[in-house]
Amino acid sequence: MAMTARENNVLVSTRARGGIAFAVGIVALLGLAAAAPLFVSRSTVQDLFQIVTLLVLAQCWNLLAGYAGLVSVGQQAFVGVGAYAMFAAISLLGLDPLTAIGIGGVVALIIAIPAGFFVFRLQGAYFAIGTWVIAEVLRLGLAQWKALGGGTGTSLPGGAAKALPGVDFVAQTLHVRGPQAVDIVTYWLALLLLVACIGGIYALLRSRQGLGLAAIRDNPNAARSVGVDPRWLRASVYGAAAFLAGLAGALIYVQKARISPDAAFSVTDWTAYVIFIVVIGGIGTIEGPILGVLVFFLLEKLLAGYGSWYLLILGALGIGVMLFARRGLWGLLTERTGFQIFPIRRVLRSGPTHNKRRGE
Amino acid sequence: MNWVDTIIQGVLLGGLYALFASGLSLVFGVMRLVNLAHGDLIILAAYLILVFVNTLGLDPFLALIIAMPVMYAVGWGLQYLVLNRTLGDDILPPLLVTFGLSIVIQNGLLEGFTADSRRIPLPTLETQSLALGPINIGVLPLLTLLSAVTVILVLNFIIGRTQLGRAFRATSDDRVTAGLMGIRPRTIFAHATALALVVVTIAAFFLSTRSNFDPSIGPARLIYAFEAVILGGLGSLWGTLAGGIVIGVAQTLGAAINPEWQILAGHVAFLAVLLVRPRGLFPRAVD
Repeated sequence: MAMTARENNVLVSTRARGGIAFAVGIVALLGLAAAAPLFVSRSTVQDLFQIVTLLVLAQCWNLLAGYAGLVSVGQQAFVGVGAYAMFAAISLLGLDPLTAIGIGGVVALIIAIPAGFFVFRLQGAYFAIGTWVIAEVLRLGLAQWKALGGGTGTSLPGGAAKALPGVDFVAQTLHVRGPQAVDIVTYWLALLLLVACIGGIYALLRSRQGLGLAAIRDNPNAARSVGVDPRWLRASVYGAAAFLAGLAGALIYVQKARISPDAAFSVTDWTAYVIFIVVIGGIGTIEGPILGVLVFFLLEKLLAGYGSWYLLILGALGIGVMLFARRGLWGLLTERTGFQIFPIRRVLRSGPTHNKRRGE
Repeated sequence: MNWVDTIIQGVLLGGLYALFASGLSLVFGVMRLVNLAHGDLIILAAYLILVFVNTLGLDPFLALIIAMPVMYAVGWGLQYLVLNRTLGDDILPPLLVTFGLSIVIQNGLLEGFTADSRRIPLPTLETQSLALGPINIGVLPLLTLLSAVTVILVLNFIIGRTQLGRAFRATSDDRVTAGLMGIRPRTIFAHATALALVVVTIAAFFLSTRSNFDPSIGPARLIYAFEAVILGGLGSLWGTLAGGIVIGVAQTLGAAINPEWQILAGHVAFLAVLLVRPRGLFPRAVD
């Protein structure tokens, strides 16, 4: 879990206390999460699926807003595009669901290119509303696609999701019905996507590009003066987040098996929740959204019977965190202890003054 | 199909969008704050007027006049107590706090007034029209456009000719130096948001008398307002009016071709203008 680099005789390390212990803990937790369908009920698997997919979206949004300074309120655009592309691939082209999910991600990435071309013309805060306009255009545009149900939406052909690899095997081994086996397989795919997403973001943040992102966040002009290209780096992050959101959207709607423009492009479900998860958990850290999604889910279960009070409380909590504890719950937690599960902070272990002692 | 009629209706609709946008433009100009709850504040003001009309039995115009100082106070308190804490170099806090506020207002209104569509009736005015040759112009839409022009004239007067306006411009240019000259930026910002919410109340009046509204329609109004501001070019209120008219005409033309295309046509017009003129039609400020 640690990386050291020697450049110009300066030793920079991201090693953190307890790194090995956390690594073992993460692997154990993942093992437990993967084994969960063997001993929990179907509704719990569905809850876990919701948690995992929301966490993927939260990590993407956190990468955009927390690291690249791109505050988007239009990520539902890519969830919806991914979901619709997957539906089109299955219903209209007759492809198998796994390929269709991949197509969802790729189409979202392709759409991100012209979308980015427009929204990157808008600065700072206006970028946020620009992304929202793009999402609205896509929602209204897809509502015109009569082959996929137009404004009222459509369902996947009966049993289409059962063609996912492993569904038959799971159904036979665990003695469960088809739909439940689909839930289990989509949950495993979501878990895989989450691991790839967090792993990818972690690797990115520890790479040169990650250092460039941090430099842009701290001071764009100084970053450019040392050769970091903010536009290219931000555009790449925007594309990567779109791709992951597209995959997540496709996966979510394989499991739901029913789509409509208003649901697939819902700003509440795919952006507001996600923003609150990141903000409450702690923006600008990988750990924050993980904590945030757990808090979000607990609140959802506690306030399930109170309708719109739930969103009202979530919004108020988000405002409170932004005003009084800007680094979120995870920030409050690490302020005193200083531990990191995913260490990305670069700490100067030894500089030029230590060279003689190191004998170089 | 009468194209001239469609375009005139679009221009009149543009007046409403300019009213939506003027408050957003003012707040952005003074403190570089983009209020994502702007649309929901319009709907909040509409419900305030509705409450005055329904429970106190007031005439809608009287309700509007009473609602304006109330919304002024709401704006002052909102800026002074909440939004001032978010201002700084980082754009994240103001965006996320106003986004949270948008969700809170929407769901608060949903809890208080249910999701039912409402409308404020204006018994005689809403059906009246002026006949100009073969074309009929509704009195209410005409009044909306005239109000937008008046609001912009008044705002330009306040910004250009009064002491408060001088303080707005000074704080906008250089907050620190303005502070040295005895201006309190926090108070100036509070005045700006308060003024913006008075404009929001006027916009709410015309929105709620011309069509149905419910707690969920705020974000769409924010988007129209934003499109009008960007299309017009930042920093120019007359540009904002022009931007609003472009959106309005695009929407009525789209609706004339296919009713499902109304909203989409407005967005497409916005994107098309952004493509050829990234800084809007009449750019003044650089931001």
